[in-house]
Amino acid sequence: MSAGTTTSTSSAVSLFAPTKLVRLLSNLQYPAMGITGLLFLWWIGGLLIQNNENLSAFSAFAPAPAFQALYDLVTSGEIWAPITSSLYRILVGMTWGIAIGVPVGVTIGYIGVALKVANVPFQFLRMISPLAWMPIAVMAFETWDSAIIFLLVMATVWPIIFSTAHGVRRIDPNWFKVARNLGASGPQMLRRIILPAIMTDVMAGIRLAVGVAWVVLVPAEYLGVTSGLGYAINDARDTLSYDYLAAVVLVIGIIGYGLDSVCNLLIKRFNWHVE
Amino acid sequence: MGASLSIDYVTHQFSPSAAPTLKDIDTRIEPGEMVALIGRSGCGKSTLLHMMAGLLIPSQGCIRINSRQISKPSAKWNMMFQKASLYPWMSVKENAALGLMFAGLSKAEAVEKVDPLLDMLGLHDKKDVNVQSLSGGQQQRVALARSLATDPDILLLDEPFSALDAFTRTALQEEVPAICRERGITMIIVTHDIDEAVAMADRVLIMSQNPGRIVEELEVDLPWPRRHMDNGFQTRREELMNRFKGTDNGLQGRQQHTATDQSESAA
Ligand SMILES: Nc1ncnc2c1ncn2[C@@H]1O[C@H](COP(=O)(O)OP(=O)(O)O)[C@@H](O)[C@H]1O
Ligand SMILES: [Mg+2]
Repeated sequence: MSAGTTTSTSSAVSLFAPTKLVRLLSNLQYPAMGITGLLFLWWIGGLLIQNNENLSAFSAFAPAPAFQALYDLVTSGEIWAPITSSLYRILVGMTWGIAIGVPVGVTIGYIGVALKVANVPFQFLRMISPLAWMPIAVMAFETWDSAIIFLLVMATVWPIIFSTAHGVRRIDPNWFKVARNLGASGPQMLRRIILPAIMTDVMAGIRLAVGVAWVVLVPAEYLGVTSGLGYAINDARDTLSYDYLAAVVLVIGIIGYGLDSVCNLLIKRFNWHVE
Repeated sequence: MGASLSIDYVTHQFSPSAAPTLKDIDTRIEPGEMVALIGRSGCGKSTLLHMMAGLLIPSQGCIRINSRQISKPSAKWNMMFQKASLYPWMSVKENAALGLMFAGLSKAEAVEKVDPLLDMLGLHDKKDVNVQSLSGGQQQRVALARSLATDPDILLLDEPFSALDAFTRTALQEEVPAICRERGITMIIVTHDIDEAVAMADRVLIMSQNPGRIVEELEVDLPWPRRHMDNGFQTRREELMNRFKGTDNGLQGRQQHTATDQSESAA
């Protein structure tokens, strides 16, 4: 059939068709307005600081010097080392968080009573700022790096456990019955039924966890370590390079937004619910 | 080939203190036979069918398939429910192929094997579709394909068509017995629809309530396919209706009496 070629040409045409372009632009319209508003507030803030005698030392916080510093950091390649260190810690922390959180979540979700028993202690532990574990982490772990990763794990397991457990509780009991009826073994039930069924919830938990981990990481890197974006902020403060400090803050925001978007894409990818 | 199924003195209580839901059920179903089980809602039909599927173990007595006592579910004696319960993260063909995948076939092999089955059930243009976009009747057809894919000896149907529109229901009431007859599958259908029982079964078992017992039996010796308009159909229908009413008003009333008498005398 010629359907294949017809479709490909028509879609190539429609990519440039005015309607699609208009829709794309109108989709970007509101985010663009938001970003502009933020930049504007930042710019005003910079002006206020500049015109205040007591604060004028901090005038490099303004957008122009900050973007200049960001440009320098990117072109000199200096920014990549702290980004890599921070992302590495997030990766390791998330890996542990998922490796612990998903099995625990599946277990307490599967055993109905377990969720009731675990609820209060878990809510309690969840409410403790991961940074509060710092002294314990420093005592328990030999390197600052592992202490920070421990903090990230403490930050990420709770949302992952909770959404996984609730995902399991929401599984239609008939799905278990039908699978058992078709002769599913335990591992097959896990792989073909339970994991796909809870994937959306697990991903939602991971998204929350990434957000928390990213927020916790920067202050955690103020302590001890000599790498990462948190350290870079501290370092810029100590050398009074406020334009670089602002640039690093910008980078932290951008990467955080990027991580969240990736998680969101994954949620969409694994979501089997009909919109 | 179809298997025989015997229910040997099955009594069941959901908890030790509760009154028995099923009591002294003892009957035998021959290989390839088609049996309908009818009775009031709550009399224990689903409970009994779950036992035949190995999904529930009776507190007394046992179920034998080809003379062997069963203790767990198997894709060889397969149950279909009122809800299709398809898995929304799988396509139609993956859903149909699931039992074969559980049996150890690769996804590709399993999917290939269910292909003719999906064609036969009129799903040829739906194979790659998301199951959530199917109509109720189409979903139930996928569930039927899923049940048939594993070449079952026994097909157990728990009011599988009661949520479907009349047109789809009538079509499936004709198709399912035809498929079972062709493959020699023993079929047991639970229904509260007397027409459905006459349309699909060689033999109808009538259950009473409190406790659940098989109290009546009626042979339906009509040729296939069954036509609702035929004289024979209407006669069997009347007959079944009368027997059902008989058990309902007379026999069951009396049983309930004796049950209360017993509990009073016990107290
Ligand atoms: N898991 C269960 N626990 C306790 N009681 C049950 C359970 N399942 C069914 N029952 C009871 O057993 C009786 C028979 O139920 P069921 O077999 O579903 O009836 P039917 O299918 O004929 O409508 C009902 O009174 C029901 O409340
Ligand atoms: Mg029922």
